[in-house]
Amino acid sequence: MCQDCGCGDTNLVPLELQTRILARNDSTAEHNRQHFRERGIFTVNLMGSPGSGKTAVLEATARMFKNGRRLAAIAGDLATDNDAARLVRAGIRSCAIETGQACHLDAEMVHHELHHLDLEGVEFLFIENVGNLVCPAVYDLGQSVNVVALSVTEGEDKPLKYPTMFAKADLVLLTKLDLLPHLPNVDMTAIRNAIAKVMPDPHIIRMSAQDDAGVDGWVAWLRERRAAQVHEVVSA
Amino acid sequence: MHEYSIVQSLVDSVAAAVGTRTDAVVRSVRVSIGEVAGVDCGLLTTAYEVFRAGTLCENAAMTIDRIPARWECPLCGAAIPRGAVLQCPQCHEPAFMAAGDEIILQRVELEVA
Ligand SMILES: Nc1nc2c(ncn2[C@@H]2O[C@H](COP(=O)(O)OP(=O)(O)O)[C@@H](O)[C@H]2O)c(=O)[nH]1
Ligand SMILES: [Mg+2]
Ligand SMILES: [Zn+2]
Ligand SMILES: [Zn+2]
Ligand SMILES: [Zn+2]
Repeated sequence: MCQDCGCGDTNLVPLELQTRILARNDSTAEHNRQHFRERGIFTVNLMGSPGSGKTAVLEATARMFKNGRRLAAIAGDLATDNDAARLVRAGIRSCAIETGQACHLDAEMVHHELHHLDLEGVEFLFIENVGNLVCPAVYDLGQSVNVVALSVTEGEDKPLKYPTMFAKADLVLLTKLDLLPHLPNVDMTAIRNAIAKVMPDPHIIRMSAQDDAGVDGWVAWLRERRAAQVHEVVSA
Repeated sequence: MHEYSIVQSLVDSVAAAVGTRTDAVVRSVRVSIGEVAGVDCGLLTTAYEVFRAGTLCENAAMTIDRIPARWECPLCGAAIPRGAVLQCPQCHEPAFMAAGDEIILQRVELEVA
């Protein structure tokens, strides 16, 4: 513009980009996904509020599998490795990611752990995400499915308050079912209706880690979905 | 709060776009954030203001375009209204998200001497 008069004015050059800001995370996630699929590992990104029963779900899952060698877990925790220790006691090969200040796991953290964890013979890898209903849904980890643990005590409108997480979920585990007799005001139909407004194809499994009710249905779902993934990889 | 890590990725994306034009000054950054992307625009703005100091975005104002969520039927294309069950009332198909989950760097403006 002002090159002629030499007044030192400058030019503004626009760059049209349209790039995904989390592109780097996405490509690491895709790399993880490749690792998993090649090895026949079905990976679950398990999310939910703190205390929704995520670790208890995995302990109950371990009880259903006679051969614990097929299961592995990565537990994201703000400050401790308590969850990973609980999972090891339950018979699942586990390691902890201490996230410190971070409110979610990302694909890079998971990739790092992958090369630490012995995945020989593993069919199911569970990634227990940081207890939080917002941030974990933003970061792809390379999982096969997203599963949200929602306990019956969390309030019927919880899904409506956190639509992002439910919109991306493949399954909702409605946990702590054994508490229902003590909760006369909890309306299961209202929970279901709330989920249907934020999750396009709502699959819900009701379960309790206390008495293992419904855990068989969850394990059947896992086996079915893993078989579909293995079939997909073989026919690709 | 992951808005700081989003800003970190944003600054990295801007750096990748600027590439070797090291004499250029980034003057503005425009992003699109979907309504259900899981990003709080207020927190993102705060994080950007704190984090941009000392980076190549130091002199770049950020504009955020908020993209409303839009759900549609994959078969007949009908829009599913806000607050409704996410299934087409005609076809009974699960809806898909046509817009609303974007976390996108749209454009930057560079000042060149
Ligand atoms: N009654 C009952 N309590 C449960 C159940 N699952 C978990 N809890 C309890 O809920 C609390 C949080 O569970 P935990 O698995 O640590 O939740 P996380 O933070 O999501 O991993 C613990 O005190 C558990 O004993 C359940 O199915 N029934
Ligand atoms: Mg836990
Ligand atoms: Zn690798
Ligand atoms: Zn966050
Ligand atoms: Zn339709």
